[in-house]
Amino acid sequence: MESDLSPQDKKDLDKFIKFFALKTVQVIVQARLGEKICTRSSSSPTGSDWFNLAIKDIPEVTHEAKKALAGQLPGIGRSMCVEISLKTSEGDSMELETWCLEMNEKCDKDIKVSYTVYNRLSLLLKSLLAITRVTPAYKLSRKQGHDYVILYRIYFGEVQLAGLGEGFQTVRVGIVGTPTGTITLSCAYRTNLAFMSTRSPGEEEGGAFAGVEDSQEVCTTSFSTSPPSQMVAPGKEGGVPQVPMQPCHGAQADHGHVSSCPTGDATHHIPATPPSSGEDAEALSRSSEVKSTSPSDPLDATFTRKVGAFVNKPTTQVTTAGLDLPFAAFAPRAYELEENDPMVHPPDSPATSSPLQGSLHSQASSDNGGQTQEDFVMVDFKPAFSKDDLLPMDLGTFYREFQNPPQLASLSIDVSTQSMAEDLDSLPEKLAIYEKNIDEFDAFVDTLQ
Amino acid sequence: MNCRSEVLEVSVEGRQVDEAMLALLHTILLHRSTGKFHYKKEGTYSIGTVGTQDIDCDFIDFTFVRVSSDELDRVIRKAVAEFKDALNITGSDGMGQISLEFYQKKKSRWPFSDECIPWEVWTIKVNVVNLANEQERQICREKVGEKLGEKVINVVEVINRHEYLPKMPTQSEVDNVFDTSLKDVQPYLYKITYQITDSLGTSVSTTMRRLIKDTLAL
Repeated sequence: MESDLSPQDKKDLDKFIKFFALKTVQVIVQARLGEKICTRSSSSPTGSDWFNLAIKDIPEVTHEAKKALAGQLPGIGRSMCVEISLKTSEGDSMELETWCLEMNEKCDKDIKVSYTVYNRLSLLLKSLLAITRVTPAYKLSRKQGHDYVILYRIYFGEVQLAGLGEGFQTVRVGIVGTPTGTITLSCAYRTNLAFMSTRSPGEEEGGAFAGVEDSQEVCTTSFSTSPPSQMVAPGKEGGVPQVPMQPCHGAQADHGHVSSCPTGDATHHIPATPPSSGEDAEALSRSSEVKSTSPSDPLDATFTRKVGAFVNKPTTQVTTAGLDLPFAAFAPRAYELEENDPMVHPPDSPATSSPLQGSLHSQASSDNGGQTQEDFVMVDFKPAFSKDDLLPMDLGTFYREFQNPPQLASLSIDVSTQSMAEDLDSLPEKLAIYEKNIDEFDAFVDTLQ
Repeated sequence: MNCRSEVLEVSVEGRQVDEAMLALLHTILLHRSTGKFHYKKEGTYSIGTVGTQDIDCDFIDFTFVRVSSDELDRVIRKAVAEFKDALNITGSDGMGQISLEFYQKKKSRWPFSDECIPWEVWTIKVNVVNLANEQERQICREKVGEKLGEKVINVVEVINRHEYLPKMPTQSEVDNVFDTSLKDVQPYLYKITYQITDSLGTSVSTTMRRLIKDTLAL
């Protein structure tokens, strides 16, 4: 058996590996754009669809990939990596996953290059398509936009996994043996999604874990995968402008709303139900602290406006209820204060339904100034059939907000204070008033005819 | 030749059965479909292009990728709907399995009919649970989404072992290996069957009946 490849085969193999690397990058980046991908099948071959798969080529991405490869090919010791990271509008960033295209020395001399290797590379790309929708970063990338964006960085050389935090997981997408080595494609993804940032509102970002400094530098070559309307052209630091935080429902929501208990908060304060997300648990524990420690800062009550707990002035708010926000814990949190409203100050919650709730409770009581958060992973409420758009009021929000409507004013009057006798006494007065206005009533009735 | 057999198990709520089955079946078919073959005079062939589509599930926190072929999607949906109806009919136990079998046809001489030789069988065992309230359903959405993710990783793992695949056929043999009835893609020959387990735990086996039918047909 010949141990050397024929020149034609070698040329073909190099070409396959090069285009495979470029297509791999396209698939990964496109899967993190935040949109659903759809390409058409075509029964007549066009000759330009590598690996018989319809994968669009985004020019900027190809450019970046070629720049990183700099004319080389992935080889033994020279891996091509695509790093996906998240950057919040406040400037915190975190590496989410690193996809690695590597080559090892194990050769398969007998394999046919133009046929078997090509088909297996095609299969590997299909597997990549499937796996990119399964890792945790996919869901995060679908929800990017308002508060965070997903960035990518391509590099060539040694694989760097340090920025993924402790306990990162690896999933192998697949391997393809070739006469010059075995191509492996895998993904290492972060599992610890907690931000260690201890920012309080107004403070500069700091206290982030060690990786941030490095990745800030690294990110200068990153490019956003967000829709262009929100992003600045690459070249800026991180490519991300500071997106001002806004209340989800807009300033217009300020006016003209009934100043009763904010139903949004009420939904978080249902004591009997175990919190379905860390956000709820924290809201629950904080509510009982709000009474004693927060300054009374009444606002025109809307169900969206909230005052920052533990701060003296209202800061720009993000209504966490209104957003599918994965790191809601470190968004400044605020509560409407209605001193006597039973909905806002529910009776003490029953025995801790989760250890998370308990620990947050103790932390909130001891820590008056900062907003240090426990680690948690937010679990979103996403009702069936609802579209997760940019609309401030989606079905999920609506459901949460209106799950517990406020009590009707007429029903909240304490019944025992008004006896039947008093009711009857007030009747003659009322009748007198109605008789006086009898003309008005008649005119009204006429308009209905 | 041995037939490769893989089993995937999922527990889902009633509303999630369709989407869970579609997600897994389409993921497998994505890997087992190619573009349409176009044979040329010299005995070579070219292959068409396969497009892909992201599908969001409504009742599960999950997105899966399928080949862009409405025809194929219709066929799979029909099979899944039949399976779901069968699950609903038999009591509230809600256990069953759906099998996706890839086979090759081997032409036999008259009077024997063609043999169908399976080379890969995927069996998805389903356990339908009933949930009491919206809270539990919400948790179920997420849990089933994660589980399906794990199953997709399992599927990819198996496929990437690069074990037996039928040889690429000549033009005359192509219908023995591939399903050429679709306009835009060409999956390997496959069939979908299902079995429901009734509440007593005995399986009402459609497979048994098929075996008997096949034997009688010979």
